[in-house]
Amino acid sequence: MAEAVLARQPKAGSRAEARGARPRPMLSRRNIVVYGTLFVVSVYYLLPLYVMVVTSLKGMPEIRMGNVFSPPLEITFEPWVKAWATACTGLNCDGLSRGFWNSVRITVPSVIISIAIASVNGYALANWRFKGANIFFTILIVGAFIPYQVMIYPIVIILREMGVYGTLTGLVIVHSIFGMPILTLLFRNYFASVPEELFKAARVDGAGFWAIYFKIMMPMSLPIFVVAIILQVTGIWNDFLFGVVYTKPDTYPMTVQLNNIVNSVQGVKEYNVNMAATILTGLVPLVVYFVSGKLFVRGIAAGAVKG
Amino acid sequence: MATKAAGRPNQLFRNLNAKIASIPMIFTALVVFVGGTTWTIVYSFTNSKLLPRLRFVGLDQYERLWSTPKWLVSIENLLIYGILSLVFSVIIGFILAALLDQKIRFENTFRTIILYPFALSFIVTGLVWQWMLNPDFGVQQVVRNLGWESFTFNPLYDQRIVIYGILIAGLWQGTGLVMCLMLAGLRGIDEDIWKAARIDGIPMWKTYLFIVIPMMRPVFITTLVIIASGIVRLYDLVVAQTSGGPGIASEVPAKYVYDSMFLAQNLGQGFAASTMMLLTVAIVVVPWAYLEFGGRAKRG
Repeated sequence: MAEAVLARQPKAGSRAEARGARPRPMLSRRNIVVYGTLFVVSVYYLLPLYVMVVTSLKGMPEIRMGNVFSPPLEITFEPWVKAWATACTGLNCDGLSRGFWNSVRITVPSVIISIAIASVNGYALANWRFKGANIFFTILIVGAFIPYQVMIYPIVIILREMGVYGTLTGLVIVHSIFGMPILTLLFRNYFASVPEELFKAARVDGAGFWAIYFKIMMPMSLPIFVVAIILQVTGIWNDFLFGVVYTKPDTYPMTVQLNNIVNSVQGVKEYNVNMAATILTGLVPLVVYFVSGKLFVRGIAAGAVKG
Repeated sequence: MATKAAGRPNQLFRNLNAKIASIPMIFTALVVFVGGTTWTIVYSFTNSKLLPRLRFVGLDQYERLWSTPKWLVSIENLLIYGILSLVFSVIIGFILAALLDQKIRFENTFRTIILYPFALSFIVTGLVWQWMLNPDFGVQQVVRNLGWESFTFNPLYDQRIVIYGILIAGLWQGTGLVMCLMLAGLRGIDEDIWKAARIDGIPMWKTYLFIVIPMMRPVFITTLVIIASGIVRLYDLVVAQTSGGPGIASEVPAKYVYDSMFLAQNLGQGFAASTMMLLTVAIVVVPWAYLEFGGRAKRG
């Protein structure tokens, strides 16, 4: 903890040094409060994850005897296998694997398309603003507040007219549309923070709209692209409402199928299988998050501070 | 390129590439957002049942809506949930961010732990907390096993407090994001301000309250925007955690809309309910959007 204490001191030689904070002992009241609070909060946040994991590793008799927090006496992976391969939703008994692959086929194209559209949009709004652009942008942002429920049915009609209602294509379109406001805002704010001299210099050198986008803006803004990818992968993977409205049982994404498995009224509740299924569904966004945690945070900073 | 070649081109072709690039945005803004919304509002005045039909019945659907107990419960729940989750997530989020900003060790670890639920879906969140709050095996039983036999904490099966059970899950999922946004805002504050405040002998909490928080206004606005738009959409969490039960005690407007449109085959009710949702949002958002974006456009 000595480092932390040292780090608090102003740099040696700066004028503030004489008046800066006093050196603090390691177990100062302040440190106890800060670390204590954070520790308790962390435990609280971790508990559900712990409960999911231990429950999914227990057999049903053991669950009935104990409580959610008790660690498994006998570890079994049966529930995981069952959740993945044989758990039933309605008449289908091929487990969550079906939903998993559906979700993959929904998420990948949706992420690519929505980011491609939004980044170019944000770039146009930040650097090539045309007359009226801000009106559309304002509509878009205000539109982000319109409850989805208002637009659900008109979109059903649009998709039906296009002949893609109930298909994965239709759902991809829907995700691209509803990802647009927040992503465009994110990209617009980021591109607006890129020094204008760079943009002007490129213009003087004769670069046009797409050249500047691909050669300057895109390479400079890889972090924000990663952030957008993270946001979209987790957002689309975790979507439930659009999945349940715009797909059929055969093409249900994982979240919808998970809910159907766990909250089905028929049969005995198998809590361990349910929790295994729950972890499986949460696994993809969790992996994305833990692998890219730092970029995620840095990107949020870039998007938020500009407001 | 088009902009340059034409010298002084006419208005429509100025900046052509940017306009082409904005076509999806324009389509979304006009057709889906404006068009779709208008469509729904218009059809909320009809007696559409299984299929949308233009047979106007005036305000009938709204009268029926506001005399339906399920809808009234939904509105009450959304109000309680909305206000509490707004207040708590901002306060808790800010405090956690301030704690993490004290140049502590293991900052990354703490942040990772607090933010991870945000990566999980509401369905997963709802199901985990359904299990955590299970009266026979969950928190209630654990406390009873510790010796407090009469301890009762059973929100998911108690009509009066079920919405707080959902709030617990919602806060668990969403506070991490608020904390992150706030932390980013705190990091954007110039170090010199802290030094100046310290030299002037201003206590830390006062510096936060009167200097730092006002400086973080944009961050707070972004945060409120993000949380607020999430609250109105509250749907999956309820579906997963309680399916609206016990009885109708945890119904929310979004669920009412879905149920009327796709389960009860009562489209008119669904449109009327969703229009009411829109109206609620509009009362809050329109003044804000006007101030925020109207003002910014003028500045350039």
